[in-house]
Amino acid sequence: MGNLSEIFELGTHALQGVEHRLGMTRRDYLQFCSTLAVTMGLAKGADAAVAKAIESAQRPSVIWLHFQECTGCSESLLRAEHPTLEKLILDVISLDYHETLMAAAGHQAEAARKAAMAAHKGKYVLVVEGAIPVKDNGIYCKIGGHTAIDLLKECAADAAAVIAIGSCASWGGMPATGPNPSGASSVADVLGKTVVTIPGCPPNPYNFLATVVHFLTFGKLPDVDALGRPKFAYSRLVHENCERRAHFDAGRFAMEFGDEGHRKGYCLYKLGCKGPETYANCPTLGFGDAGENNWPVGCGHPCIGCTEKGVGFTKPIHQVAVMKNVAPPLQYARIVEENGQGATFASAAALAALAGAAAGAAAMLTRNLGKSHAAAEAQAAKAGDADKATERV
Amino acid sequence: MKQHAHAWPAPVGGSLLNAATLTCGILIAIMLTILLVRFVFGLATVANVNDGYSWGIWVVVDVMIGSALACGGFSVALLVYIFNRGEYHPLVRPALLGSLFGYTLAGGGIFIDLGRWWNFWHIFWPSYSNPNSVMFEVAVCVTAYILVMWIEFSPVFLEKFGKRDFKKKLNKWLFFFIALGVLLPMMHQSSLGTMLVVMGGQVNPLWQTPAVPLIYLLTAIVIGYGVVLFEACVAAAAYRRSIEMHLLNPLSKIMLGVLGLYLVVRVVDLSVRGAWGDAFAFSGVAMSFWIENLAFIAPFFLIGSAQARRNPANLFLAGLAIMVGGILLRLNGFLIGYNTGPGWNYFPSLAEIMVTVGMFAIEVMGYIIITKRFPVLPREDAQVTHS
Amino acid sequence: MDTRRHFLKGVLAGGAAVAGAVAAPEVCARETHTRPPEGLGLLYDATLCVGCKACVAACKEANNNPPEFSTEDHLWDTPLDTSGYTFNLIKMYRNGTMETKDAEVNGYAFMKTSCMHCADPSCVSACPVSAMLKDPVTGIVSYNPDACVGCRYCVAACPFGIPKYQYDSPTGKIGKCELCRHRYKDGHYSACAEVCPTGATLYGKTSDLLAEAKRRLALKPGSTTTYPRGRLDGPDQSWEGPVGNYIQHVYGETEYGGTQVLKLSAVTFEKVGMPNLPPHSSAATSEGIQHSLYGGLVLPVVALGALSFIAKRTVKHDDEANSDEEKQP
Repeated sequence: MGNLSEIFELGTHALQGVEHRLGMTRRDYLQFCSTLAVTMGLAKGADAAVAKAIESAQRPSVIWLHFQECTGCSESLLRAEHPTLEKLILDVISLDYHETLMAAAGHQAEAARKAAMAAHKGKYVLVVEGAIPVKDNGIYCKIGGHTAIDLLKECAADAAAVIAIGSCASWGGMPATGPNPSGASSVADVLGKTVVTIPGCPPNPYNFLATVVHFLTFGKLPDVDALGRPKFAYSRLVHENCERRAHFDAGRFAMEFGDEGHRKGYCLYKLGCKGPETYANCPTLGFGDAGENNWPVGCGHPCIGCTEKGVGFTKPIHQVAVMKNVAPPLQYARIVEENGQGATFASAAALAALAGAAAGAAAMLTRNLGKSHAAAEAQAAKAGDADKATERV
Repeated sequence: MKQHAHAWPAPVGGSLLNAATLTCGILIAIMLTILLVRFVFGLATVANVNDGYSWGIWVVVDVMIGSALACGGFSVALLVYIFNRGEYHPLVRPALLGSLFGYTLAGGGIFIDLGRWWNFWHIFWPSYSNPNSVMFEVAVCVTAYILVMWIEFSPVFLEKFGKRDFKKKLNKWLFFFIALGVLLPMMHQSSLGTMLVVMGGQVNPLWQTPAVPLIYLLTAIVIGYGVVLFEACVAAAAYRRSIEMHLLNPLSKIMLGVLGLYLVVRVVDLSVRGAWGDAFAFSGVAMSFWIENLAFIAPFFLIGSAQARRNPANLFLAGLAIMVGGILLRLNGFLIGYNTGPGWNYFPSLAEIMVTVGMFAIEVMGYIIITKRFPVLPREDAQVTHS
Repeated sequence: MDTRRHFLKGVLAGGAAVAGAVAAPEVCARETHTRPPEGLGLLYDATLCVGCKACVAACKEANNNPPEFSTEDHLWDTPLDTSGYTFNLIKMYRNGTMETKDAEVNGYAFMKTSCMHCADPSCVSACPVSAMLKDPVTGIVSYNPDACVGCRYCVAACPFGIPKYQYDSPTGKIGKCELCRHRYKDGHYSACAEVCPTGATLYGKTSDLLAEAKRRLALKPGSTTTYPRGRLDGPDQSWEGPVGNYIQHVYGETEYGGTQVLKLSAVTFEKVGMPNLPPHSSAATSEGIQHSLYGGLVLPVVALGALSFIAKRTVKHDDEANSDEEKQP
């Protein structure tokens, strides 16, 4: 948690306002702020900034467009529980257009959208859910008589930020699966520029929420990678944080659904898990607000790579994944490892002592032999013995 | 056939308890303790042999070098009984004694190193033995040779225990065992070298050659003479007896001849194979190579001249140099020049060293006891004359 | 003059001896054995290997081997090399920043270490008690602990350093891969191939595996191809994947006459621990020397005859000369 006194500096009046407005206790509210801060990987104390941003009176307008989608992303958001999210969405932000959640329909709804766009020109956030068909001038998706392409371009023109939520909006997703008869495309492809993408099918709601709150808090969107994905959620492979990684590293695999390995929770790589080539934070967050282990692998099904273009809805679910960015554990046997016992002090000393003793003894013996020989020679010379046939030492 | 007369062998006599035997006794006791641990708990508890260096000093020193140093009997028998230089006869028994102990301990020493020693008889059993294996041939020949040597040496025991009739009967067949005693070492000493061949490139080219059997055979003969020189001087000094210079002097000339032949073979072999490269690298292996060959060349400087040969000190040093060279040749081939791959190290543990020391202590103690109590060395009071 | 003559004689003898010694093995050297036609083996493709070590774990289980530890906490089986208790291991080649898989520079790669089941095994030639045997049909090099004397000549002889001894046991045995021959009766095959998720280790007849290896070498790096998994003639578990940038050599095709375990790699073989071996095996050289010297025991018997003849004459003279000394004790 951040510095609580910073929160208090905001003045009890403001805080009371937030509590009253949101209908939650101060503790719950601060917990929500810290959850979001942690999700975004922000530094300590950032949750205070988040809290401050949220209870500021100004609520940014959000226009939410639906195109070729299943509404799963919205459903995912609805499953956020701390607190019930529709309250926060309606109060933290001003959700001025959302086809599923708003009460209005038909021309009323469209009119509301146009009014909001005009009132908050240049300041509203555009969220896009679903892919945009481009074939045949985009006739395969029309809302209120307008093609998705036109709607998107119109709404994006005056938006302060564009967020593509879900794989469909991010890179085409399921509708773009070959042969892609409608020419389903991503928001970025249609607009011709990179936008923030929150891929997933559906993405974890907190990834989206945290991005929006970051925008509110700091006035800009979080750091994104080359594909526009916020780095705090999509910079790691599923494989890197998977709770079954130890099984992978130790070579324990489920071979078939329901076999002994599968029941024991072994790695699902051999069943086609795409974790090793999919960037997402599913293993860390889990879904349904039930915490970790509540994600496909945790439930015993291999990851299908739903966030990743070229993997999800493209590669067969049970096809073996290609490992991206593998960093084997440090304790991996090298081609050459140092082995065997070298000389210890004791053994080297013993050997040296032996060699020394042997050399010493040899030297002594040599000297003695030499001396006796010299003495014998001297004696023989002195005696003047001509008979050299007899040699004595 | 040269005429000769020599003093008949006799026990040296004297007390068996002295500093030497006591020291040996202590070393042997230490060795036995270590061996007990080894057999109860396994090799790893006492030895540093590992997956990279599966053979340590127990194999290379106790068995291979030990048997090489025990070639005195073979070399002298070759000289006396094949080349008919009967004047060297007095050297036979002491050399044979050294050989007997050396080989018996080498053969017994194998048991210390064998991991599954209770199966040792498989090597001799037809349904198990593999005649293609060099080690098979070495084992069979060494075992046969040990038996032959005990038979060759039995006259000593028969004399001491007065079994003259049996001795006469044995003497009729002794020539056959002597022939075996010359053939068998030629076979297994050369094969001890051939054992390197299957290791291929793991052995440094300085020591890995198809000519390795010839190299090991020649050095075995040379070491045999070197050991005779060494042992004669040490025994004479220890027992305060005279050295048989009239025998050792000409023997050393013969030794130089064989040594010269060996060095020619070695140089020609290295040159033909173009294997000199590693000798000039800056490495421990190269250094060991040069020390080995300097030890082999040293005798030419030590006893090259007739005058130098008259000094027993020089004979002793020359014998010692040969032994060092022979030891290094084998050590280099099997351990120092053996490289199974980077990352592997081996240095004998203190326990391994103490066991090896203990083995040699058994030899020394055995030699002392037998020469003192059995007729091995020539009787001291006899004068030796030439005619 | 005498010494000079002796010296010259020595030089001539030495030269002749060396020439003979060097020439003889080449002339009488036995031919290096080749792989048996129905030989079984493995194909290890390092570019497919992801270092998951499923094969290491499966091998341990199939052979009932205990775990080996190299970390302080002793939690996981982490052998650093094959041993008397680890018959199969994946090792990692590392270079520089280790960024790219299968790159020789600034990359990393995996290499399997297990028995190569050579066509002309050094261990089989070395073993004095036939504990190491090569099956004439399947070509599998098997180990029989009941015959073994624990001399560890096989450990010293193997150029790949595969047979390893259990030094920590007073009744230790040699341990090495035997291609899971004990599982064949249950319809299984090599556990490492059975479990490999990517088909990096593939089981089958070596002749078929060699053909598969050559097929891969002929493909364009980066293109897609089908990779079988498990065993070559088993149920289809194949998958499509990218072709690696192979070194154009099937390791084991000719080394020491060939091996039944073949390897493909994108990194130079020597750098990943596979030694450079000539086609002529050291077993052939060693046995060539032994056969030419001792074949049929011809030379030894002839030599013994000659030596006996000479010794008899010498000993007889010796006895005659010393007959008067028989009065000695």
